[in-house]
Amino acid sequence: MIKAILMFNNHGKPRLSKFYEHYTKDTEQQIIRETFHLVSKRDENVCNFLEGGMLIGGSDYKLIYRHYATLYFVFCVDSSESELGILDLIQVFVETLDKCFENVCELDLIFHVDKVHNILAEMVMGGMVLETNMNEIITQVDAQNKMEKSEAGIAGAPARAVSAVKNMKLPEMPRNINIGDINIKVPNLPSFK
Amino acid sequence: MALKIVKGSIDRMFDKNLQDLVRGIRNHKDDEAKYISTCIDEIKQELKQDNIAVKANAVCKLTYLQMLGYDVSWAAFNIVEVMSSSKFTYKRIGYLAASQCFHESTDVIMLTTNQIRKDLSSPNQYDTGVALTGLSCFVTPDLARDLANDIMTLMSHTKPYIRKKAVLIMYKVFLKYPESLRPAFPRLKEKLEDPDPGVQSAAVNVICELARRNPKNYLSLAPLFFKLMTSSTNNWVLIKIIKLFGALTPLEPRLGKKLIEPLTNLIHSTSAMSLLYECVNTVIAVLISLSSGMPNHSASIQLCVQKLRILIEDSDQNLKYLGLLAMSKILKTHPKSVQSHKDLILQCLDDKDESIRLRALDLLYGMVSKKNLMEIVKKLMLHVDKAEGTTYRDELLTKIIDICSQSNYQYITNFEWYISILVELTRLEGTRHGHLIASQMLDVAIRVKAIRVFAVAQMATLLDNAHLLTGNMQRNGICEVLYAAAWICGEFSEHLENPMQTLEAMLRPKVATLPGHIQAVYVQNAAKLFATVLKSQEGNTDGTVTQDTSQLMIERLPVFVQSANLEVQERASCILQLVKYIQKLQQKDVEVAEEVSALFAGELNPVAPKAQKKVPVPEGLDLDTWINEPPSESESEDEQPKAIFTKEEPKHSRARHTEVDEKELARRREARKQEQANNPFYIKSSPSSQKVYQETPGVDHIPVIQIDLTVPLKVPGLPMSDQYVKLEEERRQKERAEKKKKDKKKRKEKRSGRGKKHDSGPESEEDITPAHMVDIVTEEMPENALPSDDDEKDPNDPHKALDIDLDKPLADSEKIPVRSHRAAEAAKSPVEDRDADGIATQLPKKKHGKEKREEKKKKDKDRERKKSKDEKKKKKHKSEEKDGDLLGAEVDEPVVQSEEPSQASEPPTSNSAEVSDLDFWLSNAPVPSNIQEVPKVAAAEAASAAEVISGGAQDSEPDEPKDAEMEATKPSKHKKKKQKKEKEDKEKKKKKHHHYHHHSDGVGEESVQNGTVEEEEEPLPSMSNYCLLAENSYIKMVYDIQGNLQDGSQVVVSVIFENKCDSFLKSMEFNVLDSLNSKLQRPEGSGPHDSLAVPFQLPPGVSNEARYVFTVQSIVMPQKLKGTLTFIVKTEESSTHEKLDFKLHFTCTSYLITTPCYSDAFAKLLESADLKSSSVRLEGVNMPFHHLLARICFHHHFSVVERIDSCASMYSRSIQGHHVCLLVKTSGQTVSIDAKCDEPMLLGNVLDEIKQTFSQC
Repeated sequence: MIKAILMFNNHGKPRLSKFYEHYTKDTEQQIIRETFHLVSKRDENVCNFLEGGMLIGGSDYKLIYRHYATLYFVFCVDSSESELGILDLIQVFVETLDKCFENVCELDLIFHVDKVHNILAEMVMGGMVLETNMNEIITQVDAQNKMEKSEAGIAGAPARAVSAVKNMKLPEMPRNINIGDINIKVPNLPSFK
Repeated sequence: MALKIVKGSIDRMFDKNLQDLVRGIRNHKDDEAKYISTCIDEIKQELKQDNIAVKANAVCKLTYLQMLGYDVSWAAFNIVEVMSSSKFTYKRIGYLAASQCFHESTDVIMLTTNQIRKDLSSPNQYDTGVALTGLSCFVTPDLARDLANDIMTLMSHTKPYIRKKAVLIMYKVFLKYPESLRPAFPRLKEKLEDPDPGVQSAAVNVICELARRNPKNYLSLAPLFFKLMTSSTNNWVLIKIIKLFGALTPLEPRLGKKLIEPLTNLIHSTSAMSLLYECVNTVIAVLISLSSGMPNHSASIQLCVQKLRILIEDSDQNLKYLGLLAMSKILKTHPKSVQSHKDLILQCLDDKDESIRLRALDLLYGMVSKKNLMEIVKKLMLHVDKAEGTTYRDELLTKIIDICSQSNYQYITNFEWYISILVELTRLEGTRHGHLIASQMLDVAIRVKAIRVFAVAQMATLLDNAHLLTGNMQRNGICEVLYAAAWICGEFSEHLENPMQTLEAMLRPKVATLPGHIQAVYVQNAAKLFATVLKSQEGNTDGTVTQDTSQLMIERLPVFVQSANLEVQERASCILQLVKYIQKLQQKDVEVAEEVSALFAGELNPVAPKAQKKVPVPEGLDLDTWINEPPSESESEDEQPKAIFTKEEPKHSRARHTEVDEKELARRREARKQEQANNPFYIKSSPSSQKVYQETPGVDHIPVIQIDLTVPLKVPGLPMSDQYVKLEEERRQKERAEKKKKDKKKRKEKRSGRGKKHDSGPESEEDITPAHMVDIVTEEMPENALPSDDDEKDPNDPHKALDIDLDKPLADSEKIPVRSHRAAEAAKSPVEDRDADGIATQLPKKKHGKEKREEKKKKDKDRERKKSKDEKKKKKHKSEEKDGDLLGAEVDEPVVQSEEPSQASEPPTSNSAEVSDLDFWLSNAPVPSNIQEVPKVAAAEAASAAEVISGGAQDSEPDEPKDAEMEATKPSKHKKKKQKKEKEDKEKKKKKHHHYHHHSDGVGEESVQNGTVEEEEEPLPSMSNYCLLAENSYIKMVYDIQGNLQDGSQVVVSVIFENKCDSFLKSMEFNVLDSLNSKLQRPEGSGPHDSLAVPFQLPPGVSNEARYVFTVQSIVMPQKLKGTLTFIVKTEESSTHEKLDFKLHFTCTSYLITTPCYSDAFAKLLESADLKSSSVRLEGVNMPFHHLLARICFHHHFSVVERIDSCASMYSRSIQGHHVCLLVKTSGQTVSIDAKCDEPMLLGNVLDEIKQTFSQC
């Protein structure tokens, strides 16, 4: 079982948090902080598994994480998950994000956290791995987005226009924090599939 | 209308959307909180509007704020509104918000039930998908109960996308509503073989999660998983299955033997590291479960260790980490093979990665021996010195202590060394583990009597130098050791060289800065020392020393009397008064020493930590009875309107009630703790005050100033641990030399030359004798302590409720309640329509089952055995009445659905009874698919498969190849052997072509058909259950009857048809004349006398198998059914119509199902009074006892519960759940069988049949 999936940046700002077990919102924030604290002080070239974390888990649980440019992707899993499998799952997740957002960068995830959630929902459901095939995930996500667009139809047009205008005004929107190396392949890990 | 929409969307343009919110927050970095609070106000306004788009936008923003840690629970109802939007866009937003914010105590959840049900049955698959995803995050027990049936229906949805989600969510449903597990399980099992790999993977996932917690209930699935493992190519699925096997093997060692081979192959062949790693892991689990000493397996261990070494040596830190992790598992059972890689592991201790260092430390734990303990600890001590960061250093410290203290200080040969190590560890600045060192010191000093003199001396030095330890007291956990030091010096003060000096040290004013609980120990033990001094001075006429001591006490104690700590104050003032009194007496020259030391007389013995728990409850004491009358609960109930709630189903509520109580208790405990923490008047346990200090965040960051303590701590008389290493080395050398001498002497005496190997080999563990003869006092346990080991089970674990026997046939009461609306509503509600459609289109079978059930009910009335059915009906009526009284519109009706009979009524497909016959599978090497496919494959193959069944069973020796598949991978040596064997087999086949259905007399053949008989001592004659049904010149029929696990009223008859003539047989039709009690199940629409077509044709010389399901009412009596087989014999010229009559004999045995039973459960069963007993004696049985048991197991479907010498208990269960217990005893040629069963008639008949079996042989 996956107990939680967390994404935060190098400064510990949460970008996505998905808990598959109930915690109070304070505990959730504490967990995010604690996890960041644990993960951020690790060097680049050390292993991606981490035991401990007082709040979440216990001895049966592990933190499995990957660090891509400015973002940390952390999965908290119990012993029924394969460690290397989860590492690959993170890779699949990131690659999927990359496909869906076309060269994903942190800003995409900041502004479209709902979309990230929707993509994640096609991969992991209720703490269990639902789908690991990237193409299948993208197909389903695209199909749903298409439905959304068709529903918006004419009524959605003005809103879309406004948001386009809003985006144009902002110098921030250009992908100035592009994390080009998000596509780095896993070193020494033969492809999982 | 259109205008309104446009207007709405124009309004919306100026609302903030999620992007605007995020942007805003980023632009207000300085006053983020203020900005967000204005946003929340805006959102509240938006939520008040009618436009659902505006609401959805607001909810979307709330979801984001929730992630940032803002409370959005107030919007729960709005979330429900958005969820119920008909547009997918908004629905998705709503469900996402719900999945992030809702939990069990969100009260609006109960409003969602109908909405979710509607979405689940939506024609749009994405509506359903979104609802399932959302539900998986916030499912509650109520939702699970109400929706279980809907979700179960979705498991057979046409779209794999929905199927896989429905399958996955079932796990959550099981957790919340355990009653659904049994009814849903057959379908879940079915999904293991779903054509879509995603669905299959989901099913594997769910079953693996279930089995991880309660593995023994899933053992019967092993054959199925084995098949999946050998056929699947999806690494995700493979990993899950392999992990599952890892959980199953400890329960069934035979499974392990079967697994080793394919797993080894996978290890060799796979390129995916993740799969390789899991395979290694499971092989390790298998090896652990198997008893050692099997020659083949040392190779497997070597393979694993070798692969792991490759992982550890890899440059990828992840692989290194996992390698070490797996290595630590091997370590537990095969320490020797790991120990040879000590170099590698010690090397990992120097790794820059902390995770890896920690793993390596774990491994060290198991690698120590008496021989290398000192060396390893020395190395660790070096690491302690070098280590940066307190956490890792603390970890090192605990590991050193763990390693040394493991299994009762097994590896410590020299306790003086250990004490010095502990003393050295006290130099650690800023460690959190002062109390750990302290407890070790206490433990060793108390339990190792021989070391006390040394320990006391060391502790006295520690006390003397206490100021060095406590230099920076505020954050120093190490001062805990002073607690131990003071206590040891006080308690064993008779060993002190200079008690006065120590007393002086303990009463220094600086002590008053120590934490309270330590001061208290100081004061108390100062008194002990005082007593010792008095006693030692007794008889000494010069009273100055005693006078001085008293004076010292009187001068120093007042500091403690003023202490803020109650404990210190109380003890100090007591002792102060005592000393004053003693001083008075001393001045009068009264001898007081004896009386004073009597205060502290008596030896303290260590008590085991679990001792209190294990005190047995004295006979006649019932802890659960009330001492006084229980307080009446009526008061609270009186306040509620009684009429509505009293009729709630008692069955469900009871189970949940206890759980609630436990939760409630935990909650109250928590609340009490909270209250105590906030209550300034509550005296907290003493160490807490200090812990609070250490746990304050940020402490770790304060740079630690290393104080060089080495100089002062090397006070004369304080030996360094390194000395001991040298000393030990010398000592051992000496011993070895002496031993050699002795050996030489011996050799000279013997002159046989055999003794040579003694001197060259490395010294073994036993050679090392401890430096001092140490008497380790064992911890005390209460007399006749209970040997229970279940202390550590967590009663709150939700998986406990899922520990359900899945093989038991389903009872009517267990069916998942199906929602049906009241008739009046049904016509109107579109939901209902859709529901009905769904059921009708998806499962025509279901209707079939329903009809059948109704038919059955009608006929029931005519039956003799109608009583039980009627009772059930009554129950149903009752529950219906109750439901009718409930407020809601829903009526839970447990009657409607029953898939199982319909599933089982497809005769020729794979049969679950056979698959789940685990014992059969485990003991017979051939792959189950062979057996399953019998009806499909050509008859020749079937025959050879049958051949393999008997032939394959020959290799009961573990190192022989076990099945056809494995055989291919075996080295050629084995192949040759096998080929030979095959030849033999072929010859045999020629000789007796049809031998498989009779008890073959082949002497060399053994059979472990029923694996419940353990290791075979002697070969068993082969057996077969197929007996002749009928035969003529054209055709021969043999049959076997098996009970159906899923349905208590069904048996499956497997008939093998064999063409004996040279012509082609076709259009075979099988018909049976139904009796009142037993009926052949015919497909829908056919009449009660129609015959069933045999689904194949038979070319000359070929045989094939078909299966027929029979419904049986009463199973207590054997019965016979008359039947006819008609067929057309086709030759080149002509074809003739032929007919063969037969009689199907349903023995009572055929209603029994081999069911494993644990001896404790068996004992409990026997104790229960409702079993009737009966017995039978067999004379002149001339066969070994285990053959006899095997026969009973095989022919009569029993399993051996326990076997002691010539006595065995056996168990079986009928398809209707009757327990049958046997006690078989043998003496000479007489066998007596005592039997018990809850149905005497059934028992009598079974015994008769057993008797008959043995009279035939």
